[in-house]
Amino acid sequence: MAFINVKRKEVQVKIVYYGPGRGGKTTNLEYIYNKFNDRIQTEMVAIKTHGDRTLFFDFMPFDMGQIKGYDVKIQLYTVPGQVKYDATRRLVLRGVDGIVFVADSLAVRREKNIHSLKNLQDNLATYSKSIHKIPLVMQYNKRDLSKQGIPVLSQDTLEKDLNSRLKAPSFLASALEGKNVAATMKKIIVMVMVSLQKELQ
Amino acid sequence: MSYTFDHKQLDALEEVLQQGLIDLGVHCVVLIDMSGNIIVNLDNGRMKHDVYSLAALAAGNFGAVSTMAKIIGEDEFSLLFHKGKKENIHFSKVMKDFLLVTIFGKDVSLGFLRLKVTEAVEEIKKILQSQQ
Repeated sequence: MAFINVKRKEVQVKIVYYGPGRGGKTTNLEYIYNKFNDRIQTEMVAIKTHGDRTLFFDFMPFDMGQIKGYDVKIQLYTVPGQVKYDATRRLVLRGVDGIVFVADSLAVRREKNIHSLKNLQDNLATYSKSIHKIPLVMQYNKRDLSKQGIPVLSQDTLEKDLNSRLKAPSFLASALEGKNVAATMKKIIVMVMVSLQKELQ
Repeated sequence: MSYTFDHKQLDALEEVLQQGLIDLGVHCVVLIDMSGNIIVNLDNGRMKHDVYSLAALAAGNFGAVSTMAKIIGEDEFSLLFHKGKKENIHFSKVMKDFLLVTIFGKDVSLGFLRLKVTEAVEEIKKILQSQQ
Protein backbone atom coordinates (compact mmCIF):
# COMPACT_ATOMS: atom_id res chain seq x y z
CA MET A 1 0.00 0.00 0.00
CA ALA A 2 1.13 3.54 -0.70
CA PHE A 3 3.22 5.19 1.95
CA ILE A 4 2.47 8.79 2.81
CA ASN A 5 5.23 10.65 4.61
CA VAL A 6 3.65 13.65 6.33
CA LYS A 7 7.01 15.00 7.42
CA ARG A 8 8.64 15.00 4.01
CA LYS A 9 5.33 15.69 2.25
CA GLU A 10 5.83 12.72 -0.01
CA VAL A 11 3.64 9.88 -1.32
CA GLN A 12 5.20 6.64 -2.58
CA VAL A 13 3.04 4.53 -4.84
CA LYS A 14 3.81 1.06 -6.19
CA ILE A 15 2.62 0.07 -9.67
CA VAL A 16 3.41 -3.39 -11.02
CA TYR A 17 3.43 -4.45 -14.68
CA TYR A 18 2.19 -8.05 -14.77
CA GLY A 19 1.66 -10.50 -17.60
CA PRO A 20 3.01 -13.54 -19.44
CA GLY A 21 6.69 -13.97 -20.31
CA ARG A 22 7.97 -12.08 -23.38
CA GLY A 23 4.81 -9.95 -23.37
CA GLY A 24 6.61 -6.58 -23.26
CA LYS A 25 6.55 -5.52 -19.60
CA THR A 26 10.21 -4.56 -19.54
CA THR A 27 9.84 -2.88 -22.95
CA ASN A 28 7.09 -0.69 -21.47
CA LEU A 29 9.44 0.46 -18.71
CA GLU A 30 12.33 0.96 -21.12
CA TYR A 31 10.19 3.17 -23.31
CA ILE A 32 9.06 5.23 -20.31
CA TYR A 33 12.65 5.50 -19.13
CA ASN A 34 13.79 6.89 -22.47
CA LYS A 35 10.77 9.10 -23.05
CA PHE A 36 10.56 10.69 -19.61
CA ASN A 37 14.24 10.86 -18.88
CA ASP A 38 13.98 14.29 -17.29
CA ARG A 39 11.69 12.96 -14.55
CA ILE A 40 13.78 9.93 -13.72
CA GLN A 41 16.87 10.79 -11.77
CA THR A 42 18.33 7.32 -11.50
CA GLU A 43 19.21 4.38 -13.67
CA MET A 44 16.53 1.80 -14.33
CA VAL A 45 17.25 -1.27 -12.22
CA ALA A 46 16.92 -4.51 -14.15
CA ILE A 47 17.79 -7.92 -12.72
CA LYS A 48 18.08 -10.16 -15.75
CA THR A 49 19.22 -13.65 -16.66
CA HIS A 50 22.11 -14.12 -19.10
CA GLY A 51 19.50 -14.59 -21.81
CA ASP A 52 18.18 -11.07 -21.14
CA ARG A 53 14.96 -12.27 -19.54
CA THR A 54 13.73 -10.66 -16.33
CA LEU A 55 14.92 -12.76 -13.38
CA PHE A 56 13.66 -10.82 -10.39
CA PHE A 57 12.15 -7.48 -11.39
CA ASP A 58 12.77 -4.17 -13.14
CA PHE A 59 12.40 -1.07 -11.06
CA MET A 60 12.16 2.60 -11.87
CA PRO A 61 11.20 5.52 -9.64
CA PHE A 62 9.26 8.21 -11.48
CA ASP A 63 8.61 11.73 -10.15
CA MET A 64 5.09 12.81 -10.95
CA GLY A 65 5.23 16.30 -9.49
CA GLN A 66 3.01 17.58 -6.72
CA ILE A 67 -0.57 16.83 -5.76
CA LYS A 68 -2.02 18.95 -2.95
CA GLY A 69 1.45 19.90 -1.80
CA TYR A 70 2.72 16.31 -1.69
CA ASP A 71 5.53 15.07 -3.92
CA VAL A 72 4.26 11.96 -5.67
CA LYS A 73 6.85 9.29 -6.34
CA ILE A 74 5.63 6.51 -8.56
CA GLN A 75 7.59 3.26 -8.27
CA LEU A 76 7.21 1.20 -11.42
CA TYR A 77 8.00 -2.52 -11.17
CA THR A 78 7.76 -5.44 -13.56
CA VAL A 79 7.56 -9.08 -12.58
CA PRO A 80 9.35 -11.97 -14.31
CA GLY A 81 6.71 -13.45 -16.62
CA GLN A 82 8.09 -16.96 -16.91
CA VAL A 83 5.88 -19.50 -15.15
CA LYS A 84 8.71 -20.90 -13.01
CA TYR A 85 9.32 -17.58 -11.24
CA ASP A 86 6.03 -17.54 -9.37
CA ALA A 87 7.58 -17.07 -5.91
CA THR A 88 9.37 -13.98 -7.19
CA ARG A 89 6.21 -12.57 -8.72
CA ARG A 90 4.47 -12.93 -5.39
CA LEU A 91 7.29 -11.03 -3.66
CA VAL A 92 7.11 -8.14 -6.10
CA LEU A 93 3.34 -7.85 -5.64
CA ARG A 94 3.71 -7.15 -1.94
CA GLY A 95 2.21 -3.75 -1.14
CA VAL A 96 1.09 -3.13 -4.74
CA ASP A 97 -1.24 -0.16 -5.31
CA GLY A 98 -2.06 -0.62 -8.99
CA ILE A 99 -1.51 -3.13 -11.80
CA VAL A 100 -0.98 -2.93 -15.53
CA PHE A 101 -1.70 -6.30 -17.10
CA VAL A 102 0.38 -6.52 -20.29
CA ALA A 103 -1.26 -9.12 -22.51
CA ASP A 104 0.46 -10.50 -25.59
CA SER A 105 -1.65 -9.98 -28.71
CA LEU A 106 0.08 -12.82 -30.56
CA ALA A 107 -2.54 -15.42 -31.46
CA VAL A 108 -0.31 -18.25 -30.22
CA ARG A 109 -0.06 -16.67 -26.76
CA ARG A 110 -3.79 -16.70 -26.05
CA GLU A 111 -3.65 -19.41 -23.39
CA LYS A 112 -0.60 -17.84 -21.74
CA ASN A 113 -2.47 -14.56 -21.20
CA ILE A 114 -5.37 -16.33 -19.55
CA HIS A 115 -3.07 -18.36 -17.28
CA SER A 116 -1.10 -15.30 -16.29
CA LEU A 117 -4.25 -13.36 -15.37
CA LYS A 118 -5.45 -16.28 -13.24
CA ASN A 119 -2.02 -16.38 -11.63
CA LEU A 120 -2.28 -12.65 -10.85
CA GLN A 121 -5.63 -13.22 -9.20
CA ASP A 122 -4.22 -16.07 -7.08
CA ASN A 123 -1.12 -14.14 -6.07
CA LEU A 124 -3.13 -11.06 -5.10
CA ALA A 125 -5.33 -13.29 -2.97
CA THR A 126 -2.28 -14.33 -0.91
CA TYR A 127 -2.14 -10.67 0.20
CA SER A 128 -5.92 -10.62 0.74
CA LYS A 129 -6.38 -8.38 -2.28
CA SER A 130 -9.04 -8.79 -4.92
CA ILE A 131 -8.33 -8.40 -8.62
CA HIS A 132 -11.81 -6.88 -8.89
CA LYS A 133 -11.03 -4.11 -6.42
CA ILE A 134 -7.43 -3.10 -7.08
CA PRO A 135 -6.83 -0.38 -9.74
CA LEU A 136 -6.11 -2.32 -12.93
CA VAL A 137 -5.44 -1.38 -16.55
CA MET A 138 -5.31 -3.85 -19.44
CA GLN A 139 -2.77 -3.34 -22.19
CA TYR A 140 -3.01 -5.44 -25.36
CA ASN A 141 0.56 -5.20 -26.54
CA LYS A 142 2.38 -6.00 -29.80
CA ARG A 143 -0.30 -4.60 -32.11
CA ASP A 144 2.52 -3.64 -34.50
CA LEU A 145 2.96 -7.31 -35.41
CA SER A 146 -0.22 -7.35 -37.49
CA LYS A 147 1.50 -5.02 -39.98
CA GLN A 148 4.00 -7.79 -40.66
CA GLY A 149 1.24 -10.29 -41.34
CA ILE A 150 1.71 -12.15 -38.05
CA PRO A 151 -1.64 -13.42 -36.68
CA VAL A 152 -2.76 -11.37 -33.69
CA LEU A 153 -5.83 -11.71 -31.50
CA SER A 154 -8.62 -9.24 -32.16
CA GLN A 155 -9.51 -6.68 -29.54
CA ASP A 156 -12.88 -8.42 -29.08
CA THR A 157 -11.23 -11.76 -28.40
CA LEU A 158 -8.82 -10.23 -25.90
CA GLU A 159 -11.64 -8.38 -24.16
CA LYS A 160 -13.73 -11.55 -24.00
CA ASP A 161 -10.83 -13.69 -22.74
CA LEU A 162 -9.43 -11.30 -20.15
CA ASN A 163 -11.69 -8.39 -19.47
CA SER A 164 -15.30 -9.56 -19.70
CA ARG A 165 -15.78 -9.64 -15.94
CA LEU A 166 -13.06 -7.22 -14.82
CA LYS A 167 -14.16 -4.45 -17.18
CA ALA A 168 -10.90 -2.60 -16.66
CA PRO A 169 -9.88 0.25 -18.98
CA SER A 170 -7.91 -1.24 -21.87
CA PHE A 171 -5.45 -0.03 -24.49
CA LEU A 172 -4.23 -1.43 -27.76
CA ALA A 173 -0.51 -0.80 -27.63
CA SER A 174 2.91 -1.33 -29.07
CA ALA A 175 5.54 -1.02 -26.36
CA LEU A 176 8.27 -1.28 -29.00
CA GLU A 177 6.93 1.71 -30.93
CA GLY A 178 5.72 3.49 -27.80
CA LYS A 179 2.09 3.48 -28.92
CA ASN A 180 -0.22 3.94 -25.91
CA VAL A 181 2.59 3.20 -23.43
CA ALA A 182 2.30 6.63 -21.84
CA ALA A 183 -1.52 6.50 -22.02
CA THR A 184 -1.53 3.18 -20.14
CA MET A 185 0.76 4.57 -17.47
CA LYS A 186 -1.21 7.78 -17.08
CA LYS A 187 -4.45 5.83 -16.72
CA ILE A 188 -3.13 3.57 -13.96
CA ILE A 189 -1.58 6.52 -12.10
CA VAL A 190 -4.88 8.41 -12.16
CA MET A 191 -6.78 5.33 -10.97
CA VAL A 192 -4.32 4.74 -8.13
CA MET A 193 -4.45 8.37 -7.03
CA VAL A 194 -8.26 8.35 -7.03
CA SER A 195 -8.35 5.15 -4.98
CA LEU A 196 -5.74 6.58 -2.60
CA GLN A 197 -7.81 9.69 -2.12
CA LYS A 198 -10.87 7.57 -1.32
CA GLU A 199 -8.84 5.58 1.19
CA LEU A 200 -7.65 8.73 2.90
CA GLN A 201 -11.14 10.12 3.36
CA MET B 1 -0.93 -4.14 5.75
CA SER B 2 -1.93 -0.56 6.31
CA TYR B 3 -0.20 1.96 8.49
CA THR B 4 0.43 5.65 8.97
CA PHE B 5 2.92 7.55 11.06
CA ASP B 6 2.43 11.01 12.42
CA HIS B 7 4.96 13.81 12.49
CA LYS B 8 5.94 13.05 16.07
CA GLN B 9 6.70 9.40 15.31
CA LEU B 10 8.78 10.28 12.25
CA ASP B 11 10.75 12.82 14.33
CA ALA B 12 11.32 10.20 17.03
CA LEU B 13 12.48 7.62 14.46
CA GLU B 14 14.93 10.11 12.95
CA GLU B 15 16.30 10.95 16.38
CA VAL B 16 16.89 7.29 17.28
CA LEU B 17 18.64 6.57 13.99
CA GLN B 18 20.69 9.78 14.07
CA GLN B 19 21.91 9.35 17.65
CA GLY B 20 22.05 5.58 17.73
CA LEU B 21 23.77 4.99 14.38
CA ILE B 22 24.76 8.00 12.25
CA ASP B 23 26.49 9.84 15.12
CA LEU B 24 28.53 6.69 15.79
CA GLY B 25 30.01 6.65 12.30
CA VAL B 26 27.45 4.74 10.23
CA HIS B 27 27.30 6.22 6.69
CA CYS B 28 23.64 5.78 5.87
CA VAL B 29 20.49 4.25 7.41
CA VAL B 30 17.21 3.60 5.65
CA LEU B 31 14.10 2.31 7.38
CA ILE B 32 11.82 0.73 4.79
CA ASP B 33 8.70 -1.41 4.68
CA MET B 34 8.63 -4.80 3.01
CA SER B 35 7.00 -3.29 -0.09
CA GLY B 36 10.11 -1.19 -0.67
CA ASN B 37 8.75 2.17 0.54
CA ILE B 38 11.12 4.45 2.41
CA ILE B 39 9.95 5.58 5.84
CA VAL B 40 13.09 7.29 7.10
CA ASN B 41 16.34 7.93 5.30
CA LEU B 42 19.36 9.52 6.97
CA ASP B 43 23.02 9.81 6.06
CA ASN B 44 26.17 11.54 7.16
CA GLY B 45 25.83 14.22 4.47
CA ARG B 46 28.49 12.75 2.20
CA MET B 47 26.49 9.89 0.68
CA LYS B 48 24.79 10.15 -2.69
CA HIS B 49 23.18 6.73 -2.94
CA ASP B 50 20.08 6.05 -4.98
CA VAL B 51 18.03 5.11 -1.91
CA TYR B 52 14.78 4.42 -3.80
CA SER B 53 16.40 1.69 -5.88
CA LEU B 54 18.26 0.49 -2.80
CA ALA B 55 14.97 0.19 -0.88
CA ALA B 56 13.26 -1.72 -3.70
CA LEU B 57 16.18 -4.13 -3.98
CA ALA B 58 16.59 -4.53 -0.21
CA ALA B 59 12.91 -5.43 0.20
CA GLY B 60 13.10 -7.89 -2.70
CA ASN B 61 16.36 -9.36 -1.44
CA PHE B 62 15.02 -9.79 2.08
CA GLY B 63 11.86 -11.43 0.76
CA ALA B 64 13.92 -13.81 -1.38
CA VAL B 65 16.21 -14.75 1.51
CA SER B 66 13.24 -15.30 3.83
CA THR B 67 11.68 -17.64 1.28
CA MET B 68 15.00 -19.51 0.99
CA ALA B 69 15.04 -19.87 4.79
CA LYS B 70 11.58 -21.41 4.75
CA ILE B 71 12.56 -23.88 2.03
CA ILE B 72 15.33 -25.28 4.23
CA GLY B 73 13.12 -25.32 7.32
CA GLU B 74 14.24 -22.10 9.02
CA ASP B 75 11.87 -19.33 10.08
CA GLU B 76 14.38 -16.76 8.91
CA PHE B 77 18.12 -16.04 8.87
CA SER B 78 19.07 -13.82 11.77
CA LEU B 79 22.14 -12.21 10.18
CA LEU B 80 21.96 -10.60 6.77
CA PHE B 81 25.10 -8.80 5.86
CA HIS B 82 27.00 -8.01 2.65
CA LYS B 83 30.68 -7.14 2.89
CA GLY B 84 32.36 -4.89 0.35
CA LYS B 85 35.86 -3.44 0.03
CA LYS B 86 34.87 -0.04 1.38
CA GLU B 87 31.20 -0.25 2.24
CA ASN B 88 29.10 -2.92 3.92
CA ILE B 89 25.35 -3.37 4.21
CA HIS B 90 23.54 -4.84 7.18
CA PHE B 91 19.82 -5.71 7.18
CA SER B 92 17.72 -6.11 10.27
CA LYS B 93 14.04 -6.98 10.38
CA VAL B 94 11.91 -4.71 12.57
CA MET B 95 8.71 -6.42 13.66
CA LYS B 96 6.85 -8.15 10.84
CA ASP B 97 6.69 -5.49 8.19
CA PHE B 98 9.77 -3.29 8.36
CA LEU B 99 13.45 -3.51 7.57
CA LEU B 100 16.37 -1.41 8.78
CA VAL B 101 19.15 -1.11 6.20
CA THR B 102 22.49 0.15 7.52
CA ILE B 103 25.48 1.10 5.35
CA PHE B 104 28.81 1.41 7.11
CA GLY B 105 32.52 1.48 6.36
CA LYS B 106 35.67 -0.17 7.64
CA ASP B 107 35.89 2.06 10.70
CA VAL B 108 32.86 0.40 12.32
CA SER B 109 33.17 -3.25 13.37
CA LEU B 110 30.34 -5.67 12.56
CA GLY B 111 30.00 -6.70 16.22
CA PHE B 112 29.65 -3.10 17.38
CA LEU B 113 27.21 -2.35 14.57
CA ARG B 114 25.03 -5.36 15.40
CA LEU B 115 24.91 -4.26 19.03
CA LYS B 116 23.90 -0.72 18.10
CA VAL B 117 21.39 -1.90 15.49
CA THR B 118 19.75 -4.18 18.07
CA GLU B 119 19.45 -1.25 20.47
CA ALA B 120 18.03 0.99 17.74
CA VAL B 121 15.55 -1.69 16.64
CA GLU B 122 14.19 -1.94 20.19
CA GLU B 123 13.65 1.82 20.24
CA ILE B 124 12.05 1.77 16.79
CA LYS B 125 9.64 -0.97 17.88
CA LYS B 126 8.46 1.18 20.79
CA ILE B 127 7.85 4.12 18.45
CA LEU B 128 6.09 2.04 15.76
CA GLN B 129 3.90 0.32 18.34
CA SER B 130 2.90 3.65 19.86
CA GLN B 131 0.67 4.22 16.81
CA GLN B 132 -1.78 1.49 17.85
